[in-house]
Amino acid sequence: MHPILSTVLQRLGLGILTLFLVSIIIFSSIALLPGDFGEQVLGQSALPETVDAFRRELGLDKPAWLRYLDWIGAILQGDLGTSFSGRASSGNDSSRTVWELISPRLSNTLFLAGVTAIIAVPLSLFLGITAALKRNSIYDRAVNAVTLTTISFPEFFIAYMLIVLLAGGVIPGVALPTLANITESMPLGERLFKITLPVITMTLVIVAYMMRMTRAAIINLLASPYIEMAQLKGASKTRVILKHALPNAWAPIATVIAFNLAYLVVGVVVVEVVFVYPGVGQLMVDSVSSRDIPVAQACALFFAATYIILNLLADLIGIITNPRLLHPR
Amino acid sequence: MSSNSNGGRDRGDKGDILLEMRNVEIDGFSDERWHDIIRGVDLTLRRGEVMGLIGESGAGKSTLGLAAMGFARPGCRIKGGSINFNGMDLRGANESELRKLWGSRIAYVAQSAAASFNPAHKLIDQTIEATIGHNITGESAAKADAVELFGALQLPDPDNIGSRYPHQVSGGQLQRVMTAMAMSPRPDLIIFDEPTTALDVTTQVEVLVAMREIVERFNTAAIYITHDLAVVAQMADVIKVLRYGEEVEEAETRAMLEEPKEDYTKSLWSVRALQKPEDKGDDIALSIRHVDAAYGRSLKVLHDVSIDIPRGRTVAVVGESGSGKSTTARVITGLLPPMTGEVQFNGEALPAALKDRTKDQLRRIQMIYQMADTAMNPKQTVGEIISRPLEFYHDMRGAQKEKRLTELLEMIELDASFMDRLPSELSGGQKQRICIARALAAEPDIIICDEVTSALDQIVQEGILKLLLRLQKEFGITYLFITHDIAVVTAISDEIVVMFQGEVVEQGLKSEILEPPFPDYTKLLLSSVPEMDPDWLTDLVANRS
Repeated sequence: MHPILSTVLQRLGLGILTLFLVSIIIFSSIALLPGDFGEQVLGQSALPETVDAFRRELGLDKPAWLRYLDWIGAILQGDLGTSFSGRASSGNDSSRTVWELISPRLSNTLFLAGVTAIIAVPLSLFLGITAALKRNSIYDRAVNAVTLTTISFPEFFIAYMLIVLLAGGVIPGVALPTLANITESMPLGERLFKITLPVITMTLVIVAYMMRMTRAAIINLLASPYIEMAQLKGASKTRVILKHALPNAWAPIATVIAFNLAYLVVGVVVVEVVFVYPGVGQLMVDSVSSRDIPVAQACALFFAATYIILNLLADLIGIITNPRLLHPR
Repeated sequence: MSSNSNGGRDRGDKGDILLEMRNVEIDGFSDERWHDIIRGVDLTLRRGEVMGLIGESGAGKSTLGLAAMGFARPGCRIKGGSINFNGMDLRGANESELRKLWGSRIAYVAQSAAASFNPAHKLIDQTIEATIGHNITGESAAKADAVELFGALQLPDPDNIGSRYPHQVSGGQLQRVMTAMAMSPRPDLIIFDEPTTALDVTTQVEVLVAMREIVERFNTAAIYITHDLAVVAQMADVIKVLRYGEEVEEAETRAMLEEPKEDYTKSLWSVRALQKPEDKGDDIALSIRHVDAAYGRSLKVLHDVSIDIPRGRTVAVVGESGSGKSTTARVITGLLPPMTGEVQFNGEALPAALKDRTKDQLRRIQMIYQMADTAMNPKQTVGEIISRPLEFYHDMRGAQKEKRLTELLEMIELDASFMDRLPSELSGGQKQRICIARALAAEPDIIICDEVTSALDQIVQEGILKLLLRLQKEFGITYLFITHDIAVVTAISDEIVVMFQGEVVEQGLKSEILEPPFPDYTKLLLSSVPEMDPDWLTDLVANRS
């Protein structure tokens, strides 16, 4: 077997193992939450019998390990479960499956993350490469200072600043929407327009990391003897960086990009709240506060899977861009 | 052979001045200020001529070689003087003019081929990069020519070697590919910057022959930078000796070798004159018995190695890199427990693993490493570094320890003022002396010296070797001396062990090993050691074929 293939399979196996361990952590930490759905819904004055009946219906009376096995077994069969809210005991049965709840949110989250990534990743690579090319110039310093400033502020601050500047009429003629409450029926153009501010906010937050890592990875390589060799072969500065430094810099750059893309999916709940964006982050916060365990667990598992998959991809990029691994002796 | 296929460029006649450097001054920036690196050197090179630049490290050889291209490394600047290449003023030229020159008319061959090839690209693409980048020929013509050059440089499978990546070929092969890369655009001048220093002697010979032939074939001028006089004697028409950024002397190769004028030049090969009379010892201090050793489970590096080390004598272990010399040292010290076999010390078997040995057993075997830099804690002073074995093995404290520290520094010929210095404030030779003092502090029976002089200049080497010899005489210490340098071997050893691919090829008294008849490998190894005779390489090639 080609060593790459075996490495990939090995990483994949590790990823699945990690996801499994994470599922245990998710389950136990949610089980540790004080109170349960029954108490939450029925209120403090509910009769103990009513709460017990409610628990029985939801299966909350079973021991924890059995509940875990039920949950994980169902997931392995593709069933994320049914939301606790809207069950029969609380009136008429209007409960929905977790998948029904989560899938529109999921596509919203991926839509926002995707649009941001399409803008932020090329922008950071461009800024990082050009900053490395003109290092210690005014341009380099300016790019560094600006990006450092934008990550130094908390994201909600940036979000509100952008609202004031770009939606509050400070700049005449510019009035971007402050509510990003998109729906499935909206045409793409309108959806894009609605999410302009969240996209700008998140871009400002993540560009700095990716740009600085790109710059550092390239500059780190510029001291290599093979870079001097390329210069002494008469290669231009641009060629030296694009052809000789960049191909060897992908591994660290891919890692930081993966990390930031994961952030776009997982860590944007603050931005979602500010712009009232219907994403998975909001759904998870709501489900945790209402103790809607199946939804909360599914959201957490989805976040964990996102991290693992993106990091796996970064690893793979690191492996296939390393000629020592790709072309063994 | 006359120059051909030079793309119809006017190459001028042999003997015309190609490169003229006048009163060149170069500064380097370190420790927050500018220092002189080159202080007013003149250099004249004619077409087709090969000039050897020699001197110890820090003499400014590489800096001067690069300045011949109009290039200064980051942190360096060409401050004064003129550099004229083929009628063009390189100091006045701007970057794009220089870039047109680099890789077309002037090419560079670097010291470490492994580090100087981009790991991400195939050899052929790197070989012809400059040629097609400067539009000297088209891609297919350049590739065909590169294959021819690979063949001329005796590379195996010249048609296909170019499609490999740098990590897929050996160091010696890479160095030849780099020569092909330099030759591909048919430059007027090639700067060879210590191109064989990182190679084993046996590989070095092949690379030297290949480089010399190809330079002659295309009548290319060259500057050959090295610290090895014997190597430069084979390659150069003229030799220029540099020291502290100044020229010591320049002469034709034969004249320089036969009659060096300056004392400094004479001292450069004094280490080769250092010779210790051998002394046979019968009292075996340490004995390695039938040792097999491996890294991990698969990579077996030692095969049935048996070595006897007599008390108070020096046993030199020689062989090229990968022959198992350092692994043998790791087995003796217990860092790598052997798979089978054992190490006997004073007739008793030592525990195989380091952690099973008693403090006294540990004390009796000490080690000195090649890189003194990395063998010392950079945050500790010399006093702290040497104190550690005094406290650990001898439980010395206070005034007694201070007294012993001063004694030890005296032994290594340094005064007590060194006590408070940090390793970074010492020269390479001084660092190695501190490492010796640290080993001595344990009062060992045996010191294993792993390439301890390889990173040092010849003059400093001589000092260290003399010190080691004196200490042996005074304290009767036994040395196991690992080296690939035959000159060091003759200087210090009583007995020699020749290793090849993890096996002991030969063991015996120095006189027995260095005199014929030789087993094949020993013969190859010994005959590959460059000699100060300018005809040595020519004769060797004639003999071998």
